[in-house]
Amino acid sequence: MIVHLSVLQVIIPLMAAPACLLLRKRELVWAFATLATFLTFAVSVLLLSQVMQSGAISYEMGGWEAPWGIEYRIDMLNAPLLVLISGISAIALLAARTSIENEIPENRHSFFYIAWLLCMAGLLGITATGDAFNVFVFLEISSLATYTLIALGKDRRALWASFQYLVAGTIGATFILIGIGLMYVMTGTLNMADLAQRLPEVENTKTVFTAFAFFIVGVCMKLALFPLHLWLPNAYAFAPSIVTTFLAATATKVAVYVMIRFIFDVFGFEFSFTHFPLQEILMTLGIAGIFVASIVAIYQDNLKRMLAYSSVAQIGYLILGISFASQTGIMATLLHMLNHGLMKGALFLSMAAVVYRLGVANLSQMHGIASRMPLTMAAFLIGGLSLIGVPLTVGFISKWYLVSAALENGWWPVAAAILLGSLLSVIYIWRVIEVAYFKSVTESTPDVKEAPFSILIPLWILVLANLYFGIDTSLTVSVTQMAAADLFGGLR
Amino acid sequence: MEFLGLFNYWVVVILMMIGFYIVICSNNLIKKLIGLTIFQTSVFIMYISMGKIEGGTAPILAEGVTLYSNPLTHVLILTAIVVGIATTALGLAIVVRIKESYGTVEEDEIHAKDKKA
Amino acid sequence: MNFLAPELMLQLTMLVPVLAIAGILLTGRSENVREAVSIIASLIVLALVIGLYQNFTAGVPVAVSWFEIMPGLSLSFRLEAMGMIFALVAGVLWLVTIFYAIGYMRSHHEQNQTRFYACFALAIGSVFGVAFASNLFTLFIFYEVLTLSTYPLVTHAGTPEAKKGGRTYLGILLGTSIAFFLFAILGTYFVAGTLEFTEGGVFPAGTSTAIGGALLVLFVFGVGKAAIMPFHRWLPAAMVAPTPVSALLHAVAVVKAGVFTLLKVGTFIFGLDFLNTLPTTDALLYLAGASVVIASLIAMRQDNLKKRLAYSTVSQLSYITAGMLLATEAGITGGAMHIAMHAFGKITLFFCAGAILVTLHKTNVSQLRGVGWQMPFTMIAFLIGTLSIIGLPPTGGAWSKWFLLSGALEADQVVIMGVLMLSSLLNIAYLLPIPVLAFFPPADGAARPAIKEAPLPSLLALSFTALMCLVLFVFPQPLYELAASITN
Repeated sequence: MIVHLSVLQVIIPLMAAPACLLLRKRELVWAFATLATFLTFAVSVLLLSQVMQSGAISYEMGGWEAPWGIEYRIDMLNAPLLVLISGISAIALLAARTSIENEIPENRHSFFYIAWLLCMAGLLGITATGDAFNVFVFLEISSLATYTLIALGKDRRALWASFQYLVAGTIGATFILIGIGLMYVMTGTLNMADLAQRLPEVENTKTVFTAFAFFIVGVCMKLALFPLHLWLPNAYAFAPSIVTTFLAATATKVAVYVMIRFIFDVFGFEFSFTHFPLQEILMTLGIAGIFVASIVAIYQDNLKRMLAYSSVAQIGYLILGISFASQTGIMATLLHMLNHGLMKGALFLSMAAVVYRLGVANLSQMHGIASRMPLTMAAFLIGGLSLIGVPLTVGFISKWYLVSAALENGWWPVAAAILLGSLLSVIYIWRVIEVAYFKSVTESTPDVKEAPFSILIPLWILVLANLYFGIDTSLTVSVTQMAAADLFGGLR
Repeated sequence: MEFLGLFNYWVVVILMMIGFYIVICSNNLIKKLIGLTIFQTSVFIMYISMGKIEGGTAPILAEGVTLYSNPLTHVLILTAIVVGIATTALGLAIVVRIKESYGTVEEDEIHAKDKKA
Repeated sequence: MNFLAPELMLQLTMLVPVLAIAGILLTGRSENVREAVSIIASLIVLALVIGLYQNFTAGVPVAVSWFEIMPGLSLSFRLEAMGMIFALVAGVLWLVTIFYAIGYMRSHHEQNQTRFYACFALAIGSVFGVAFASNLFTLFIFYEVLTLSTYPLVTHAGTPEAKKGGRTYLGILLGTSIAFFLFAILGTYFVAGTLEFTEGGVFPAGTSTAIGGALLVLFVFGVGKAAIMPFHRWLPAAMVAPTPVSALLHAVAVVKAGVFTLLKVGTFIFGLDFLNTLPTTDALLYLAGASVVIASLIAMRQDNLKKRLAYSTVSQLSYITAGMLLATEAGITGGAMHIAMHAFGKITLFFCAGAILVTLHKTNVSQLRGVGWQMPFTMIAFLIGTLSIIGLPPTGGAWSKWFLLSGALEADQVVIMGVLMLSSLLNIAYLLPIPVLAFFPPADGAARPAIKEAPLPSLLALSFTALMCLVLFVFPQPLYELAASITN
């Protein structure tokens, strides 16, 4: 059993999804899906502890040896991400049953859980696999499930958003496919470790350059790097709130993970940063993303949309961390991936609670809402402080390492830009706080109660995680430090 | 001769650009999906032609044959084709729903209706 | 209080206000009980601070560490002379202000009083956090808590004007602290490898003076609470707050937290020797000097009494900033003493301004002619406060100004000496006419109105602070010893 853990955590949701079809009652489906997700979560926690104790785990699918068969490889880089994905998914599912009551027609609830499980299986698969083509397959599994989930939104614009995302996502995935194909032509292998060994022999060929370029652009599309982010705000704004919670906390992180894996592991640090002006490109786009998206966020009335733009900005930070091309930089990116998952999870879940009661999350209808929904808005406040990067929250930890990485490179202006970005997030978070807390209740404020406990409890679990990992950083910092050291292991 | 030697790649590139152009420039959602399919198909052709070796046959052990085509790319692309079909099917399903709720499948009309609402 | 371990006392100074918040929120329905909670909490805190002072003079080292977030980044506290001064001032004045606030808030019929007292307690708790912080990181956290907890106090009135003021307040304080202060902290950590307040500074020998100079600029501008120009706008904007807030927070707690931070940074992060070698020290010193003069000039043109006092505060804060930038022992001593002296003087003035507002509903200087006959105690207190701000005997302000002057002399900064002198003259010009005019006969030759003093709790409070201004002139010794021991 233990030896199969690496594959189990993909298999469980993948098998649970069709099994849901057999269950008739939607409560049963929900219970079953949640159970499966918690099982997956337990598996990924076990995996993480195993990796921390005894190093990377390699699993040969079906007993076929690595270069021929498909290898699953769990190491310090992806193990924490697996925990994040399954953890957020489990917590969000707890709230999902209540949250979708008002947002998705009843007869579609079972499909919702099926698509959710498939999406999660896809994300976990991308993260766990050590095979380049497998990445593509799982990417498409998760993407197709995601398009479905988004299209379930009750606003008809959700359909259009889903279609837009489908087109953009498919083009991105096809680019990735081209990249993988060209890599295969040059090396005759699809296994990542194998690729990493063989690529240096042919690294000066045009084909490899082309492969790299296609692959990176494809991934950037998926992770919504500015200016390829256009699909994201609509998708996040119109998807059912609980879906947004899950996607915002995990999906883009997985794409960033793929990027890191290929830039640093498969193609290798030297290839990526010497043959291409990657550093300049990523830095420019990262900073531009931070500023443009944050400024746009300030002008949004729909809070889900505002947070979506904020996500685009946060992706800018992640990419900036990669562009430092240093161990601290990567560590900062990895930390921020985990931390941002926690904060965006909390923020979007609090919006899910607002939508549950109000039907929409428009700022113009939220005057004095904090007096009606104190616990929900307190959660938003803490999540927002974390997003800004206030000390004692996770956000501070990631900003701290990002700025340290910038200073280490001697890039003082970049460090200043990171802090200015935080200032912009102060503005858009504070707008909400001001309206919710310091405006008095008007007639346009709906007369609502506090959100039900089935949403509040998962919400506060996430909020407390934001605080806990902001104070006791030993786990997250040591894990990401080791992962970054592993990536740079060959260089030192 | 190099030009002709890379003949298959030229086909791929031309198909890809045609598909991409339709996706971007077409106003009709169905046509967009057609473009997307052409775009994907071009990549399938790239994979398939990559594995072919001149004079090679199918990889079945038979006497007197020593040159085989690489079967792996073909297997891979089978998966990709399945994925492509799933994408198209889902895309069409969404278009059906869009037609139901907007009454049109033209992009500009959809935007116009959203603006009004 | 000596039965408590000093470490516990130190932590309790922060925890008691926080517990008081819970008490205030729970007892919000009954005004008297709620105010009793505030008073009891502030009495306990005062006793704790005095207990700590006894420990400090006995030479007991007190240090507490809560937890370590990252290696080298911990939340920890240590008792030290400068923090002791600040804590004593805040402890004494919190109690006094609570009394004052009870009189003021009730006779002014303010709304949301429960929120008011709760935020007040939180602000004071974070002031003690700032005072006792043993490293920059801890200080920064409490500095930010102080900003956030005072925002609801500034916007208390809930009017559009109050909201606008609140935005300026939050925008400048939060903006500078994130863009510059945090940046400077990160830079310091990167260059020096530690944020611990250390005697003689933390920068290793041979640190580039260019980087040091840049960091100093970031610190001086980043600590927006010190209100050096051009980042002073928040202070006049914050005057929309109820007067007790303006009095305690914007004459004592918030602004003093700013200059306190600067003094700490100058003494224990840079160290006086390193500070002296930096290329930007002099430029910043002249900027502080310019702030002193310009703010005084603006103050002269303000007719609104609270606004005038606010600009006077901007000017006085730059005294302390200048004291740090002089980078001499006398400068630091003078700066630290001025924290206390200015606090007592300025809070008296604000108390009087508030008393006039609630009793006579007058807010402008031009309306104050003859007020002294109606409110004699208040205006005498105002006179004493004015003298202390100007720096004339027999008030405490004379001493701190004396040390600042000798600091400037020691550093051969003739310009700064000139600025200090000039500023005293300007102070006379814009403050002294107020109490003097108040005792002129009423303008239109009407009969002297009957005596109508402020509410009794408020009157007691402002008499006490005025008295303290005098007491500090006669007995400056304990304060001086504390201030002088900072640099030894």
